[in-house]
Amino acid sequence: MNGRRQIDRLSNPWLHTCILSPIKKTKVGRMMQLLYHRPICINSHGCNKNRNSAFFMSAFLSEQEYTDPVSCRLVFFTEGETKMMKHGVVVFATLCTVLSTVTAKEPSAVLELSSSPEPAGRIDQLVFKRLEKMKIQPVLCSDEVFIRRVYLDVIGKLPTAKEALRFLDKPESPTKRSELIDELLERDEFADYWAMKWGDVLRIKAEFPINLWPNAAQAYHHWVRKSIADNKPYDRFVREMLTASGSNFRIGPVNYYRAMQNKTPKGIAATTALTFMGARAESWPTNQLDNMALFFSQVGYKPTSEWKEESVFWDPLGTAADKANSAPGKDVITTSTTGAVAQVSATSGGPVATAFPDGKNILLSPDRDPREVFADWLIAPENPWFSRCIVNRVWAWLLGRGIIHEPDDIRKDNPPSNPELLAWLEKEFSGHQYDLKYLYRLILNSKTYQLSSVSSSGNPDAAAQFASYPLRRLEAEVLIDAINDITGSFDLYTSAIPEPFTYIPKGQSAVSIADGSITSPFLALFGRSARATGMLDERDNNTTPPQRLHMLNSGHIQKKLENGPKIKELTSEKLSPDKIVENLYLTILSRRPTEEEKKTVLAYGNSGTPKKPLPVIKSGITEKQKQAIQQQRKTADQERQNNWIDIVWALINSPEFLYRH
Amino acid sequence: MNTMMNITRRNALKYGLCGAGSVLLARKLQAALPVSSLPVKAKSVIQIFLWGGMSHNDTWDPKPDSGRAYMGEFSKAIPTNVNGIQIGQLFPELARQADKYSLIRSMTHGINGHETAAYYMQTGHSSNERITYPSIGAVFSYFKNPGYKGLVPPYVVLTQPQGRFSEEGFLGPKYKPFATGGDPNAARFEVEGVVAKGISDDRQAARRDLLRKTDLLGQAMDSAVLKDARIAEDQAYELILGPGKEVFNLSNEDDKLRDRYGRNTFGQECLAARRMVETGVPYVVINYPGGWDTHKEHFPRMRKQCPDLDKGLAALLEDLAARGLLESTLVWCCGEFGRGPKVDWQPPWNGGRNHYGAVFSVLVAGGGFRGGAVVGSSDEKAEAVLERPVYPVDLLGSIYRLGGIDPASLLPHPLGLEARVLPEISDTIKSGGLLTEIM
Repeated sequence: MNGRRQIDRLSNPWLHTCILSPIKKTKVGRMMQLLYHRPICINSHGCNKNRNSAFFMSAFLSEQEYTDPVSCRLVFFTEGETKMMKHGVVVFATLCTVLSTVTAKEPSAVLELSSSPEPAGRIDQLVFKRLEKMKIQPVLCSDEVFIRRVYLDVIGKLPTAKEALRFLDKPESPTKRSELIDELLERDEFADYWAMKWGDVLRIKAEFPINLWPNAAQAYHHWVRKSIADNKPYDRFVREMLTASGSNFRIGPVNYYRAMQNKTPKGIAATTALTFMGARAESWPTNQLDNMALFFSQVGYKPTSEWKEESVFWDPLGTAADKANSAPGKDVITTSTTGAVAQVSATSGGPVATAFPDGKNILLSPDRDPREVFADWLIAPENPWFSRCIVNRVWAWLLGRGIIHEPDDIRKDNPPSNPELLAWLEKEFSGHQYDLKYLYRLILNSKTYQLSSVSSSGNPDAAAQFASYPLRRLEAEVLIDAINDITGSFDLYTSAIPEPFTYIPKGQSAVSIADGSITSPFLALFGRSARATGMLDERDNNTTPPQRLHMLNSGHIQKKLENGPKIKELTSEKLSPDKIVENLYLTILSRRPTEEEKKTVLAYGNSGTPKKPLPVIKSGITEKQKQAIQQQRKTADQERQNNWIDIVWALINSPEFLYRH
Repeated sequence: MNTMMNITRRNALKYGLCGAGSVLLARKLQAALPVSSLPVKAKSVIQIFLWGGMSHNDTWDPKPDSGRAYMGEFSKAIPTNVNGIQIGQLFPELARQADKYSLIRSMTHGINGHETAAYYMQTGHSSNERITYPSIGAVFSYFKNPGYKGLVPPYVVLTQPQGRFSEEGFLGPKYKPFATGGDPNAARFEVEGVVAKGISDDRQAARRDLLRKTDLLGQAMDSAVLKDARIAEDQAYELILGPGKEVFNLSNEDDKLRDRYGRNTFGQECLAARRMVETGVPYVVINYPGGWDTHKEHFPRMRKQCPDLDKGLAALLEDLAARGLLESTLVWCCGEFGRGPKVDWQPPWNGGRNHYGAVFSVLVAGGGFRGGAVVGSSDEKAEAVLERPVYPVDLLGSIYRLGGIDPASLLPHPLGLEARVLPEISDTIKSGGLLTEIM
């Protein structure tokens, strides 16, 4: 922790820690260690004491100069002053002992545990082994951090204040965290949240450029969400999509074949490679994609008599080859020299030879849908892409980075950062019937997942070896849902298409919206996926200046703070200021405030001072006086409320709220 | 300019960097160093987008002889201050400024769907690819961003984004337009995020101080981790508390000038656009409030909207010229397509016009475009291109060139392939050539 904090000297309450940290290594420093928390405790009492304590420290170290934290000016001491202060230090030390009942936690103490973690399973063994080689000591996150992290990662929601307290106040036990994980995996919001993530990958969107149409997008999403809620084995989930036939309105998974801009055999092959093999076919040799395209050369699309209904079917005879019937698209690989993909059709006679992406040859028989042949090859346990792609994706979703990175760029010259770990996860997953919840449990219960986000070693390879949990801004949907939950308000989501399926009931969470075309300015601004390609980087969680403007200063957010019924409830006059601060911290940051934070917050605009007695309306005063008193009361109420609004505003604008950490 | 900066894929191959690596290398170089090598005539661009598609024969390509079946209620064309150029009767103000702009009357792409046409008109790319290209404004922002130091974001939309395709395309949210929100015609133009209702500067400062003091995680973290977020925040505060927001304060303008632009949302948007261009914002879009998708009640809506468009656009061109800004400011105005030249008189339309992409009109001015000219023509009923077709790549290509951006430059393709600013001419991407006759 030493020396890695660069701070704003004017406002940082831990200033002294920072100044004095380097001296901890000296003999004198170690003696001082016992002392050096104390000045922090009292520094909010005023700058004089603040400055005095620093004087003592400087003197103790026989320094002749000192940067005043208040004015930021260098202060030089005369020899006489130094001498005098050396005496003072003894007095001060005594004073500190008296004051030692007051404790202040360092920021990292709120976020991290001090004991070093023991490996909890194979994942940790494989990860810690590498960290040890890099001389990185892993640090576990605190319960306060864990509950917030695991809620956000598993169900895309913040814990309520009540849920946070229930967990935090539960006695320590080896199963404390795993019980919470089990509970969250069974929540309805788990299916909502992971259907949203899959919605990006599977491109669930009614309008441009995917053009599924609203009720088809709903049918697709419904099927995906239900599959997740039922914990359908992953191999079945994929096979059902790849082999689906029928109406886009009635059979959800057929929309897999409709949710792509390029519906030529090559386009479908490239999309399938990206979606289920995590591979970018653009980097493959041309013949590899050509061969794979043959498996998708008999996909037919035809309209029905219902408006915008379309059937996807196995079309060996090429009846849908008529341009008017087939969906538009042009070859994605413009560099291809082989031209159009040969049509495998019954009219061409016997079986057609092609090869799987791993090079294995196969004769496609005319009496079997080649999509089935491909699906069976793909989901076989020995397939080199299938399990690898999904375990790596889930890992990246939970830990912010793939073992192969990017997770949808699997190729020979992009090796995994920890091959043993990836291989082990693949084997565990296929060995457990492709059970996704088993995989989540495996990862979430590992100490690796539960590492602190604060500790960083400075080693450039640390991130790729998962030495700490990486900070990531909340996704657009999760962020606005959290703000709405905290304030008790709603957002309006609309789609450009006037269809019944695009009507969103008031209060529905953004995470649970089925269709990428149903949106709001906030979702667009905060980088929600465009769902055009299915690539993971379509969702952008970087912070841009307009996003900061919106959070800091928009009418949209300010109105929620001013009018949100939950804020009024949380900051009710009937509650003591102390209680209000505690509630706000639990609701917004899922933890209790530190003493230091309480003081800072209560000092803001006198939030902590009880209401001054205001003149009361007595009988016999003039109407004018009465109005003046009423106005005075109104202004005072408004001021009080504004102070609390500003405090909520500061908390929802802090990185601790805006980021997973 | 450093030669390394101009490595294209072709050059990379020439230098012997073969295979997929060269593509990636070219992409990386291009991504790291967006440079435009052409001379810059248009320092800023104002795009007025008539979302929904504005009728061409009621406006800038009138055909008075085509009769009521085509002209409906607007049978007249009026002369302009340029000999031989006539425009629709609802545009008397623009008629007085015709020497400042040129009209393209042979714009064509044949697409009649809003999204696809809007995408094609603003990216120049076919929508059948696996990726979504950025709009021209995002591309300008991408190439101008490294040198641009203004306080206002480089790509601004007045007041709402179109919402039907992601303007930033694969370039990501950094190149998303900054949508102002609010109404510039209101007493106070409340720009979303910049000008907040009822929060004094003192309270803003107090809040910011509190934000710093309560930032427990930020204080515990290595400062490098949150660096980008801090920079974003500092930039945001430059607008919130700094002088940047003054550009949105239209009350600084002379009342008479404000009247000339028209005291309506569109008119004041034009004025706001001029103020932004003055401070150097590279790309400003005005998405016409309300839209032009006039399937029904076409003629009453044209009577209501055209005068606002006429007044605002004419005042903008005149004002830019008077300030010597028209030479360096390119203005272009059109919808994603025109509207059916033949009126739908039958129910349920009862005098409406449908989507029409076969031929329509575009107004271009300044920034290197010559005024007082007409490019191409439509047939006698404004149903088809008669001569000199202009396709989206021709229009966009000309704007890119005047803005100093080579349309063959590369963008960072998300799949590592070659992504040109504009596509090469092919069977699906047609071209009638750049607008050299007015450049």
